[in-house]
Amino acid sequence: MADSGSAPAVPPDPGSAPAVPDPGSAPAVPPDLRSAPAPRVDPAVDHVRGPAAAPLVVLYADFECPHCAALHARLHALALRICFRHFPVRASHPRAWPAAQAAEAAALQGRFWEMHDALFADPARLEDPHLWERARALGLDVERFDADRRSDAVVARVRTDFHGGVRAGVVTTPTAFRAASGGALEPIDREGLLALGA
Amino acid sequence: MIQTGTEVPDFTLRREDGSAFTPADLEGRRTVLVFYPYAFSPVCTDQLQLYEEVREELAAQGATLVAVSCDATYSQAAFRRSLGVSIEQLSDFEPKGATCRAFGVYHDAGMPERALVLVGPDRVVEWSWIGEHPGVLPGANLIFDALAARPA
Repeated sequence: MADSGSAPAVPPDPGSAPAVPDPGSAPAVPPDLRSAPAPRVDPAVDHVRGPAAAPLVVLYADFECPHCAALHARLHALALRICFRHFPVRASHPRAWPAAQAAEAAALQGRFWEMHDALFADPARLEDPHLWERARALGLDVERFDADRRSDAVVARVRTDFHGGVRAGVVTTPTAFRAASGGALEPIDREGLLALGA
Repeated sequence: MIQTGTEVPDFTLRREDGSAFTPADLEGRRTVLVFYPYAFSPVCTDQLQLYEEVREELAAQGATLVAVSCDATYSQAAFRRSLGVSIEQLSDFEPKGATCRAFGVYHDAGMPERALVLVGPDRVVEWSWIGEHPGVLPGANLIFDALAARPA
């Protein structure tokens, strides 16, 4: 993304909630993080794109992860139906959570994949003004985008993806699964993934 | 590898400030000892950063993570700061690996095996895990399985 050098689309609001949730505010009911198969793809909840007849794969990834960006660049050339799920680890990638929240906020305006692609296209620029600039370039309602990305609902949406990955034993990104006949998800390594879509 | 149902052996580890961490420090809380091979090695980095991300969820289940290696305290402190994690670091530097040996997780390469030991508030081991080799990174889900399965 080109640096326009212009002022941020939205001025920082000192009174707004932090983009990353306070880690001290644990939910009242602890989430169940025991081992469980990766959740089956649900088109009503998940972000899915690609030819309907192509093999369906699920990627757990984060937008600040260089290996994820490299894989993303390869996936364009493959005949795969992709389901993207968030797996941000903030100690590893401090802007992974805000980037994931930005993608979900764009999804609320129907533009998840456009934001997804814009984030992977320039992963070194993930600060708030860069996120606003992407939102503006995509024609989003930027004020609504900025409120949504900080909302509890968006944080919960990202965390649901992350927790599903933890339960399925995901430990690093990117981690891929393929949907077997019947929809159950099976782990698949990078080589298997590339071969599947070749 | 130390057996489930046994009390932890006597040991002394060193905190970052040089003070002693002994079995008495395990009392009254549920602790996950995370034995890791080397500060700054790639898998150890991924492991501690992943666990940091679920630290609050573990705390909500009453479990506290501490990390153990044979690195010196200064190296561990630098590692922790570099990773951006808050998990307490405990050093088994001198006599080298004495605590790891007592837990049965000392590797011939001069480092801890990658292992997890869940210790109850009564110092009794409730669960343990050791990797087939040190490159295997145990998912956080295994810790939550162990916490859910522990005796009431």
